[in-house]
Amino acid sequence: MPSVHFTPNLRRHLLVESTEVEGQTVSDALSRVFRDNPGLRSYVLDDQGRLRTHVVIYVDGRPVRDRTALGDAVGEGAEIHVMQALSGG
Amino acid sequence: MLLHLGTRKGYLALRRFGKGDWRSERTAFIGDPVSQLLPDPRDGRLYAALNLGHFGVKLRVSEDRGASFTELPAPAYAKDETSSEEAPSVDLLWCLEPAGPDPGSLWCGTIPGGLFRSDDGGRSWALNEALWNQPSRERWFGGGYPHPGIHSVLVAPDGERVVAGVSCGGVWISEDGGESWRVRTEGMFAEYMPPEQREDPAIQDPHRLAWCEADRRRIWCQHHNGFFRSDDGGETWTSLDVPPSSFGFAVAAHPGDPQVAWSVPLVKDECRVPVGRRMVVARTRDGGASWETVGRGLPEGDSFAVVYRHGLDVHPGEAVLAMATTTGALWISEDLGDSWDLVTAELAPVYCVRFDPP
Repeated sequence: MPSVHFTPNLRRHLLVESTEVEGQTVSDALSRVFRDNPGLRSYVLDDQGRLRTHVVIYVDGRPVRDRTALGDAVGEGAEIHVMQALSGG
Repeated sequence: MLLHLGTRKGYLALRRFGKGDWRSERTAFIGDPVSQLLPDPRDGRLYAALNLGHFGVKLRVSEDRGASFTELPAPAYAKDETSSEEAPSVDLLWCLEPAGPDPGSLWCGTIPGGLFRSDDGGRSWALNEALWNQPSRERWFGGGYPHPGIHSVLVAPDGERVVAGVSCGGVWISEDGGESWRVRTEGMFAEYMPPEQREDPAIQDPHRLAWCEADRRRIWCQHHNGFFRSDDGGETWTSLDVPPSSFGFAVAAHPGDPQVAWSVPLVKDECRVPVGRRMVVARTRDGGASWETVGRGLPEGDSFAVVYRHGLDVHPGEAVLAMATTTGALWISEDLGDSWDLVTAELAPVYCVRFDPP
């Protein structure tokens, strides 16, 4: 299963832990994380479900290309890192 | 007397121990921008709007006057099924006000221009569709931000009459608690626009609205193009010449005397610093017929201080003024603006100051 990790900076605001979830895409994987932790969603995605401007997601070391629908594929055993971009803030 | 401040780097509350003697009582959200605060006079709750740089806008509420906060859902737009890249998402929670006599009824004005309402103390929010769907909204535009925003919401005690200020989108009035709206800017003008648009209501840029609680027909408006007064509850507006400049962001109305108001002038839109770098407050005591510049105690020169829209407040009972700046200074006046005491010059840029209600 893909595993999802979050920037520790989010822990200033809410409880968030690394987790393993089913999913074929970044969107699938995050949806499962948000099902268990619904408050986390608005920290990562905007009102329309797009990746927030100053948040970046890496899949196996590469930034996702689809920041609108998060349709990038994730393989079995993928490492997904949700990080804050170095812009903004 | 307690004063709440929202700054670029957190929240703090200061309590008055004597003239010029205000001490920090508590802080929260250190390091995080606090865009707006509402110490609710109806139930004592304190709402705090945050703008986390990476993680979006957030709303928190305190049931113990700021000692601890819990998270509420922030106002948000419904998902646009077209998945357009232009579909709206809330960028800033810009104003928070009680929406009427019922505790828990709230208005929240936002960038990009949505007015949201809660009737359950912020546990859920609904976009005010009546204002959002106004055809002229397509002519609104951002002033200082990429998108337009609602920064002022004046609400009569019964919640029926509402006057909202939009930068840049005019002054909107509702007589039915937000069920319907009309735009009213007759008398306002915008010299910086093409000639055919100068009096278009939907492009006016009221920077801030303030009304006299004792006579809500009297509304003051610091506008991008000047300073305006209404004597009829916002239906029509009269341009006033405020020395040393009619440009600025903040305005405060005396709660009990409709003849008295204050602004904090800056040179002009393309040069946002005090005139002559001398920070002053402009005050009228005759309904705007004449103005005086006051400010004994304020810096004599070399000032770059700007007071943002929500950076000037007047205590609803005591006519004490609080003014805080982008340069991180907090000033208090206990004589209607004649003289000012510096409380601290060590704050981050200040977005809002609000007195705790009596």
